[in-house]
Amino acid sequence: MTLNRRTFMAVGTAAAATLSAPAVLAAGHGKPRVVVIGGGSGGATAARYIAKDSKGAIDVTLVEPSRSYFTCYFSNLYIGGFTDLEDISHTYGTLAAKYGINVVHDWAVDVDRAARTVSLAGGAVLPYDKLILSPGIDFVEDAVPGWSVAAQNAMPHAYKAGSQSELLKAQITAMPEGGRFAMVAPPNPYRCPPGPYERISMVANVLSRVNPTAKILLVDPKEKFSKQALFEEGWQRHYGGMIERIGPDFGGENVSVDPDAMTIDIDGMVEKVDVCNVIPAQKAGKIADMAGVTDGRWAPVNAADMSSKADPDVHVLGDAAAQGDMPKSGFAANSQAKVCAMAVRGALTGSKVFPAKFTNTCWSLIAEDDGVKVGATYEATEEKIAKVDGFISQTGEDAATRKATYEESVGWYAGITTDMFS
Amino acid sequence: MRLPPLLQAMTLAALIAAGGARAELIGDAEAGARHFNACKGCHQVGKGAEDRIGPHLNGLFGRQAAAHEGYRYSASMERAGVDGLTWTLETLDAYIENPRALVSKTRMSYRGMKDEQARADLLAYLRTFSDNPANIPEAEPTAIGTDHSVAPEILAIQGDPDYGEYLSSECVSCHQADGTGGGIPSITRWPEEDFVVAMHAYKDKLRPHPVMQMMAGRLSNEEIAALAAYFKDLE
Repeated sequence: MTLNRRTFMAVGTAAAATLSAPAVLAAGHGKPRVVVIGGGSGGATAARYIAKDSKGAIDVTLVEPSRSYFTCYFSNLYIGGFTDLEDISHTYGTLAAKYGINVVHDWAVDVDRAARTVSLAGGAVLPYDKLILSPGIDFVEDAVPGWSVAAQNAMPHAYKAGSQSELLKAQITAMPEGGRFAMVAPPNPYRCPPGPYERISMVANVLSRVNPTAKILLVDPKEKFSKQALFEEGWQRHYGGMIERIGPDFGGENVSVDPDAMTIDIDGMVEKVDVCNVIPAQKAGKIADMAGVTDGRWAPVNAADMSSKADPDVHVLGDAAAQGDMPKSGFAANSQAKVCAMAVRGALTGSKVFPAKFTNTCWSLIAEDDGVKVGATYEATEEKIAKVDGFISQTGEDAATRKATYEESVGWYAGITTDMFS
Repeated sequence: MRLPPLLQAMTLAALIAAGGARAELIGDAEAGARHFNACKGCHQVGKGAEDRIGPHLNGLFGRQAAAHEGYRYSASMERAGVDGLTWTLETLDAYIENPRALVSKTRMSYRGMKDEQARADLLAYLRTFSDNPANIPEAEPTAIGTDHSVAPEILAIQGDPDYGEYLSSECVSCHQADGTGGGIPSITRWPEEDFVVAMHAYKDKLRPHPVMQMMAGRLSNEEIAALAAYFKDLE
């Protein structure tokens, strides 16, 4: 497809015209108002782009309970000792100071879509013209019998980064000599498909240095997993004999835990372990449920603008959205946020709306200087975000390629966090 | 993961203070000409050399960092110049060994030349293009500036920087707009032609990087021109 300036303006106008809202919604209450719930890769990016590109024409409020936000990506590298916790921590001061975003550190506890308001735990009620939900994940109750959020100290999930990551790392460090680490991996779909397996790699990396006779038990309900050939090749090469994976053929989908006894029951076989990392099945962050935009565990969206299929004035980004082919990743949320920001700005101020394009790349670290990646491009179709083209690292790549891939991931981390927070 | 700012400041201060105190490394200029191949994609040197992605390197020795007029340096390099960084054998040696260890946010997307002898040879070669000690020789410019030929009608497309700004939101998920590099190279303030040539080299799968082949692969000629026009003038 070739586009010159005239044709893409025409495309833009056509796309804007298909949006349900009138071009300018400001009448009656001053500037149009956007409320963004969730300050991660989706929410922070959307808030920043809407505020930056509308140059003050739209009031943007960002609701995020944490004053310090820890990215989930690179939290496995923290566990492996390749980065510090402060290096994956970010604050919202620049979004407020540079772009005039109203940053509210509070929990959103209700959404009234008829009145177009969001209620906060602190009692405030925020009116909106457009609402963007980017709440990430919550865990499905009883997904792993015996485990609940109340037991997350004994058996950490560490799948929302920060104190949980710190706890898991401390438990790994404190394992007895020759002890056993277990992970209960989640069923599809879940946040960051290669995440559990990168974590296994990082735990193995730490243990091979400080506790080389320790063992790792990976209990997995899935037959196959992301970058499987790459991870298995790397585990063999770097951590031969340390990692045992129990898939569904051997009972990996029939698991319960006892956090008091520190045991894990795999299809009737009870194992005592020293550290147990339970990553339960996942669903959209609770506020999506409260807003009534979920269908089952996730919130279905239209690919062209990430608007909810239940309400054209509510958009859902990132892990919480059921959008089609994109994996649930920070990169994907950041990409979706830019499409959404453009559509929201177009609807509220009449600015140009271009056709949606999406990208994702996920890097994983298997061992020091041994990085791999998988990625794809996507487009919006009537029914979903559809994959266009993709690539994956190859097994047997040379050390220089793997090192460059790792260095690229470090560069990407700096890039995406700049794109979100500065 | 990165050198703490204090350490960077100390390295820089130590190098500035050391001046020419260390014995001069004399390398082999002929061997250095071959090592310069690693630099050619961005830098020209010799008669008629011009600024491309990076500044030309004639008259480099004895010059203050970021002092060459007409080239827009990174803020980090400007600051190093103001702080007193002058290009000598010693400071250049440190910079080429690990550019970001010396100038943390340099736009020079080069991971560093680890081999000490190679650096000495390269610097011996570069010094032949400075007044001190030798006059600039009457050699042809060495840079080829391109690794791929692009049809003139594609190079002639005038990119729309506004459209480029929209398209750039995909680039800045990895490439930082202010030109900070490190693992992911800077793409800011490149001459348009170099940008267009590089993107078409990815699009035609002549350059190997899989992410960039994928990204460039779905950009039209007009879109590549638009991105080149946008990134050229970014501050």
